[in-house]
Amino acid sequence: MEFAELIKTPRVDGVVLHRPFMPTVEGTLCLTGHHLILSSRQDNTEELWLLHANIDSIEKRFVGSLGTIIVKCKDLRVIQLDIPGMEECLNIASSIEALSTLDSVSLMYPFFYRPLFEVIEDGWQLFVPEEAFKDLESMTDEWRLSEVNKDFSVCPSYPSLLTVPKDIDDESLCKAASFRHGGRFPVLSYYHKKNGMVMMRAAQPLTGTNGRRCKEDEKLINATLCAGKRGYIIDTRTIAVAQQAKARGGGFEQEANYAQWRRIHKAIERSNVLQEGLIKLVEACNDQSHSMDRWLSKLEASNWQSNVKEILTTACLAAQCIDREGASVLVHGTEGTDSTLQVTSLAQIILDPACRTIRGFEALIEREWLQAGHPFQQRCAQSAYSNGKPRSEAPVFLLFLDCVWQILRQFPCSFQFNENFLIMLFEHAYASQFGTFLGNSVAERLKLLLSQKTVSLWSWVNRPQELERFLNPLYEPNNLVIWPSVAPQSLLLWEVPLQMHEMPKEHMDCEISMC
Amino acid sequence: MEHIRMPKVENVWLVDRSSSRRTQVGTLYLTATHTIFVGKGSEDRNELWVLHSLVCNVVKHKASQSGYPLLIHCKNFQVIQFIFPQESDCHDVYISLSRLSRPEKYEELYCFSFNPNVGKAEREHSWDFLDLKAEYSRMGLPNKLWHVTPINREYRVCDTYPADLFVPKSVTLPVIVGSSKFRSRGRFPTLSYYCKENHATICRSSQPLSGFSARCLEDEQMLQAIMKSNPGSRFMYVVDTRPKLNAMANRAAGKGYENEDNYCNIKFQFIGIENIHVMRNSQQKLIEVSALRSPSMGEFLTGLENSDWLRHIKSIMEAGLFISKAVAEEGVSVLVHCSDGWDRTAQVCSVASVLLDPYYRTLKGLMVLFEKDWVSFGHRFSHRCGHLIGEAKEVSPVIDQFLECIWQLMEQFPCAFEYNEKFLISIHNHIYSCHYGNFICNSQKERKDLCIKEKTHSIWPHLWENKLDFMNPLFKPDQSQNQGLLRPSTAPYCFKYWRRLYNRFDRELHPRQSELDSLMTVKEETQQLEEELALYEQKMAVLDKEHAKTLYMQKGVLDSKQALWSLPLDTSLANTPQDYISGFIGGAPNVFTLQQGERESAEVCLYGDKTKSSDADNSDQESGVADFSSHSSGEESLPSEESVKDPDSDETGPNRA
Repeated sequence: MEFAELIKTPRVDGVVLHRPFMPTVEGTLCLTGHHLILSSRQDNTEELWLLHANIDSIEKRFVGSLGTIIVKCKDLRVIQLDIPGMEECLNIASSIEALSTLDSVSLMYPFFYRPLFEVIEDGWQLFVPEEAFKDLESMTDEWRLSEVNKDFSVCPSYPSLLTVPKDIDDESLCKAASFRHGGRFPVLSYYHKKNGMVMMRAAQPLTGTNGRRCKEDEKLINATLCAGKRGYIIDTRTIAVAQQAKARGGGFEQEANYAQWRRIHKAIERSNVLQEGLIKLVEACNDQSHSMDRWLSKLEASNWQSNVKEILTTACLAAQCIDREGASVLVHGTEGTDSTLQVTSLAQIILDPACRTIRGFEALIEREWLQAGHPFQQRCAQSAYSNGKPRSEAPVFLLFLDCVWQILRQFPCSFQFNENFLIMLFEHAYASQFGTFLGNSVAERLKLLLSQKTVSLWSWVNRPQELERFLNPLYEPNNLVIWPSVAPQSLLLWEVPLQMHEMPKEHMDCEISMC
Repeated sequence: MEHIRMPKVENVWLVDRSSSRRTQVGTLYLTATHTIFVGKGSEDRNELWVLHSLVCNVVKHKASQSGYPLLIHCKNFQVIQFIFPQESDCHDVYISLSRLSRPEKYEELYCFSFNPNVGKAEREHSWDFLDLKAEYSRMGLPNKLWHVTPINREYRVCDTYPADLFVPKSVTLPVIVGSSKFRSRGRFPTLSYYCKENHATICRSSQPLSGFSARCLEDEQMLQAIMKSNPGSRFMYVVDTRPKLNAMANRAAGKGYENEDNYCNIKFQFIGIENIHVMRNSQQKLIEVSALRSPSMGEFLTGLENSDWLRHIKSIMEAGLFISKAVAEEGVSVLVHCSDGWDRTAQVCSVASVLLDPYYRTLKGLMVLFEKDWVSFGHRFSHRCGHLIGEAKEVSPVIDQFLECIWQLMEQFPCAFEYNEKFLISIHNHIYSCHYGNFICNSQKERKDLCIKEKTHSIWPHLWENKLDFMNPLFKPDQSQNQGLLRPSTAPYCFKYWRRLYNRFDRELHPRQSELDSLMTVKEETQQLEEELALYEQKMAVLDKEHAKTLYMQKGVLDSKQALWSLPLDTSLANTPQDYISGFIGGAPNVFTLQQGERESAEVCLYGDKTKSSDADNSDQESGVADFSSHSSGEESLPSEESVKDPDSDETGPNRA
């Protein structure tokens, strides 16, 4: 397909761009296959380069022959373009609509993007499971790297290499996989060096209504317990939701069969509910009534902050079991690709100082999100402004970043990166020139040949020139476990991604680095 | 003291409400001024001192297994829970504290017995720390349009106003008297803030006694004169900060608001800030929300919404913004009033001043603003803060709201304020503690009658001495891009819950690391290094001088120079090479002339020193962050090796940082 077919009017002069908190810019609007570009054709004035993939929805308005297109982006930015000429405006609008809703992954910009910088360190090769396993091996010999999922047939959403207890053979793994939703049998997520306790993650067990059991599954997770020790299963769903899951073949671990484990239920919302929350939150932020009552009640109704609190609380609980109780933990929800990953990754940030460095955080995202099979492409296909029918979109990753930001605010000197780094990740998860967040699993990424055909986000971020922007000037390595407060009084609304201000925080950051 | 039934109780439990693990046993003492708890712990003898004047109320709770609980709620939002083993002890302490925390006479307040180790002269001097006359002259007053009227020197025209008041030069004494008779409590329109650049003013008064139809020629002349004293404008705003309904209700009582038909060229505006009773109830609800133990997010947000507190803060901010914009952008003068003109009017005038004038965003400036708009203009501190036992209905968190408005602004403009949050909280604490005399009584006249200046101490020098604690390390005094005016957003989401104030004593709710503290530490460290540097510069200068005398010993010069560089220099010092060089060049003659003892050059030297140190400050900061960024990129060695070896070649050092 040629993009040119979709572009009826490639160029319009005299277009005026309005952005919140910024001066208006007049210039020439150009449409390319992947970008909407506005250039004032003057030096020292900023240009707009907007990926079509970033556009969530557009609105058209006409006053006489002056058309206005309001572009609402997936990263929650809203911009307005005043376009002289009704026909031009309609053409531009229909082109944007077509170009921003292309379904084929292989037409996405990352496949066309050629970096203007020299790739010194290939991000695709930066975080491979073998390397992570080497680290683990230096601490314990209880684990092995299994190739049971080499062809992704045991679990399509898992990577090909998985860390499992040494004493469990591949055959048992296959049996355990058949007992877990989507084949996601329990695998190692984190090894706590301090006391040798571990965190594992999985999907729900398929007990169903008649209480199926699977000896291999039991054996698998029991193998991670020390003699005479109990472990904790953290089910991210409420007991009621978990009970209901039985009717659909899912369920939870029965006490009788998992006697050495104590199960704790938490209440992290399912992804479709989170998406509604984001939509309501954005609506609340855009409320024009200027009424305090409305704002607070809408904020509350969005449940956004409640979700942040619940996710953080669950992560703290997991961390507490490991560090304070000296117990191993298994985390799962239903599919094990959303709330489970929020919890396991946040718990690691709390427990492991390495995750609070830039490299460590990148590795965490690679391990616990990309390789662990969080379906980025599905979750980030649309955002809060989309008019499209919701499929499986959800701000799971944004909520995770929000929680990281909360911890960052409470421990401003313990992170090597700053807020900008989190914002950057949010933006790239939704639309990017890099291939990192394309696809829904390792298997899909391999099939798309992403590592050959696209550039990794990490190849770009880790260049010293870029890193500078993401460094926290207050960082002092802190080797302690950091316990955030999850009281409502302590949790703040993360405003920057919501586009509510001209980033006062960044203002401050820049002051810090200037002084 | 006759009110103390029980001076000492042993084996009392002090309960930490956030964690039962931290509950401790100890001895409770009641003194004339404090409740003191001394923990029994062998090593860390924990002590808790609570001023009686800070106690808001004392509540006995139902006996539990562990004993008889007593809850003390403080005006600084601290909540203390004791558990007594004996019911009689609990009761005695309850009765004593109930009485001690509700003094009947001013003389019982702590400020009258507080006796720090300072001489009489020093105490009196403490009251001269701030000078309102100087403040008015900073604004450019008196001038050819405004002057001080002597009319209230004896507080005869208005006993709640200060003695010195600025009015337009054109108004005559009869006009003032006439106008004051037409205003509640005689609080006639008078100047609060004057904008030098465009002559626009903020004036304040109480409501007019207009009833349904009454008018007063003098009052109309007064407003006309105020309007005319701003030659650039053809009208003025009259802002009634009350909700319209309240103002209309007041008409039935013979009070009310200005009729636009009677006053020439005024634009009348209601703003709709609620009265003290609404605010009191609102804060009460907010305090309840803040004190919830592990609430859900829903409970917290609903509670916050139902308290209406942030809505009130928003309305005050909007009023302040309206006025500051009228003055700065339109160049129009504004008369502000509410009912009596000492609560909402004070809030709104002072918020507007903070928005308008960067001076009030400095430590000293905020102190002055408190003295001017609140203390001198008769905000009823004793009533509003409940210093003495009396009408509970008079208590209202008017001043808390002003402090909170500043805090909200600090959140929006983190670099615009010289002071930090701790300064606001410290002032809040002292307004209620009655530790110093500043916030005692309801008016200047009362304070004079009570000889506050003779018998108590002033808070301001005390705060000034501790100013290092109150500094905002991010402060950037230059706000010239908008001529100083702050334009805060008043979108609802810009107003936040002030955790540091309302949960001040709940340590577990606050960030475990503080950006403020770490920045301050860096600043302090670099300052220390600067001082060291200055010392070495002096030494260098002396050495240089000697070398100059012994020029012929070329080799020796080089040697000792080398020695200096390699010797005691802290490695981090090398991070400020440019500084060092400029100091070196500038420093040498100065020290030399000082040694000569010439007075004139000593002055030059002082001046030179000053410029030098301000230079130093700048690069100081740069090196501080250079430290940080090199930390964060994981490099262990801070100084650049080159700069140690070869200082002279490194003149562009700071540019690299």
